[in-house]
Amino acid sequence: MPLSGNPIRSKIRAVTDNTVTGLAVLATVLVIAPLVAIFVYLIYKGAASLNLDFFTKIPKPVGEVGGGMANAIVGSAVLLALASLIGIPIGIGGGIYLAEFGRGTKLANAIRFTADVLNGVPSIVMGVAAYALIVSTHISLIPFTGHFSAFAGGVALGIMMIPTVCRTTEEMLLMVPHAVREAALGLGVPNWRSVLAITLRTASPGVITGCMLAFARVAGETAPLIFTALGNSFWSVDLNRPIAALPLQIYVYALSPYDDWHRLAWAGALVLIVLIVAAVSLVRYVTSRGVLKGAS
Amino acid sequence: MGVGIEVTNLNAWYGSNHTLQDINLHIPANHATALIGPSGCGKSTFVRCLNRMHETNPIARVTGQVKVGDMDIYEDAKPVEIRRRIGMVFQRPNPFPTMSIYDNVASGLKLNGYSNKRVLDEIVEKSLRNSALWDEVKDDLKKKSGASLSGGQQQRLCIARALAVDPEVLLMDEPASALDPVSTSKIEDLIFELKSQYTIVIVTHNMQQAARVAEKTGFFLNGRMVEFDSTHKIFTNPSDKRTEDYITGRFG
Repeated sequence: MPLSGNPIRSKIRAVTDNTVTGLAVLATVLVIAPLVAIFVYLIYKGAASLNLDFFTKIPKPVGEVGGGMANAIVGSAVLLALASLIGIPIGIGGGIYLAEFGRGTKLANAIRFTADVLNGVPSIVMGVAAYALIVSTHISLIPFTGHFSAFAGGVALGIMMIPTVCRTTEEMLLMVPHAVREAALGLGVPNWRSVLAITLRTASPGVITGCMLAFARVAGETAPLIFTALGNSFWSVDLNRPIAALPLQIYVYALSPYDDWHRLAWAGALVLIVLIVAAVSLVRYVTSRGVLKGAS
Repeated sequence: MGVGIEVTNLNAWYGSNHTLQDINLHIPANHATALIGPSGCGKSTFVRCLNRMHETNPIARVTGQVKVGDMDIYEDAKPVEIRRRIGMVFQRPNPFPTMSIYDNVASGLKLNGYSNKRVLDEIVEKSLRNSALWDEVKDDLKKKSGASLSGGQQQRLCIARALAVDPEVLLMDEPASALDPVSTSKIEDLIFELKSQYTIVIVTHNMQQAARVAEKTGFFLNGRMVEFDSTHKIFTNPSDKRTEDYITGRFG
């Protein structure tokens, strides 16, 4: 009797199929559930404290009710812009080297190993390292060094972005089919140009995802900023001075003994998550607009 | 216009594997030359030696002389220059997936620094007409990705892309082996048209294809060229027993 005609076998097959599908659905729910739970809880705790003042005012002195986190929102934006400026080009450049030019060389293996180790370094250690290198030592000729500053915070976050960006860029470039590289070489395109204009461009959706992952990760980092950006209760966008940041502000407010500050910390956490999601979505939207019909 | 190719004592290796042994051959200008033989006989390696693609593999090595027209490609020029003069079409269509149809065709010129828009427009249209694709894609030139086309259209797009840089020689490595019969016959018609302007070297597994498009045919076996003659002679009265065995289907 052919296998397909056996009713018991086909019953078993159907049960197995449903079980596996059910397990996959369950896993998906378990993945999404914490995210939804966190979001709902943040809205529950924080939404009530959100008002115009939160986005336009700086913190009030201890004892006064009200005030906002405008300086921390702007401060986070400054820090993240500086971090991206450092982390993304270096990370992508390193990834290109690993995948295209240094494949199999000792240097490439060393860089790959270092990047993986760097990825596992606790963020507090990164903060201490940045403190030792930039904050506590003044390097002559290099401005912004020798004291707490937005610059030091941006550098600490930027360095944290490098390994993620570097390794995802490498992985994404290696996924570009060999045929596409050959096509470029066959047209007499110089190698460096083919790497930038063809291979990197073909891999760009994945590379952008890597950059966004790194961005979102450092956007919520507090530890590296404690020793570098320090925090600031006043308006400042000066790279040379301590700067406020949302995670720092949340940290300070959450540890304070004041109920009003606790409420503001919840609101800050909600705003931080919303802003990260908004930034990532915006980048996704902007980069997907140029994609052509049928492009893979 | 196409130019002839003179190959003298060509040897090629992949690592310690001696894949081409003492190839001597004259490929005539403005004709189509077919290379046939069983899988792994070295015919693909041979065409990849003609535009120095072979050496892009780090373990590959080549000795001998290849003259394209007056130019000794292993002595007189850089690989990049040679590949601009000798176009290549690969077995599987490989359009640049993120580029529009227009940009795919223009890519060879644009990536080599050419940017005059009017001239590019003209070249793109001419190349797509030459590859018999113009009528099918003229309305979506900049709207659709090269990867959105069917397999046969993609391969003609790749031919257009190779033609746009105005090469003297067109190398085709089994250009129709991944295509359906209708697309295959379109590609063959195209080769027939193109050989008045270009020297064409086509590797094929399909002996009828060789018989249909090529004036000259070479038979490769185990890294050596067994016989090279007019296509008619190879298919009706080969001088070597092994060629006869192969074309009559006794092995390979």
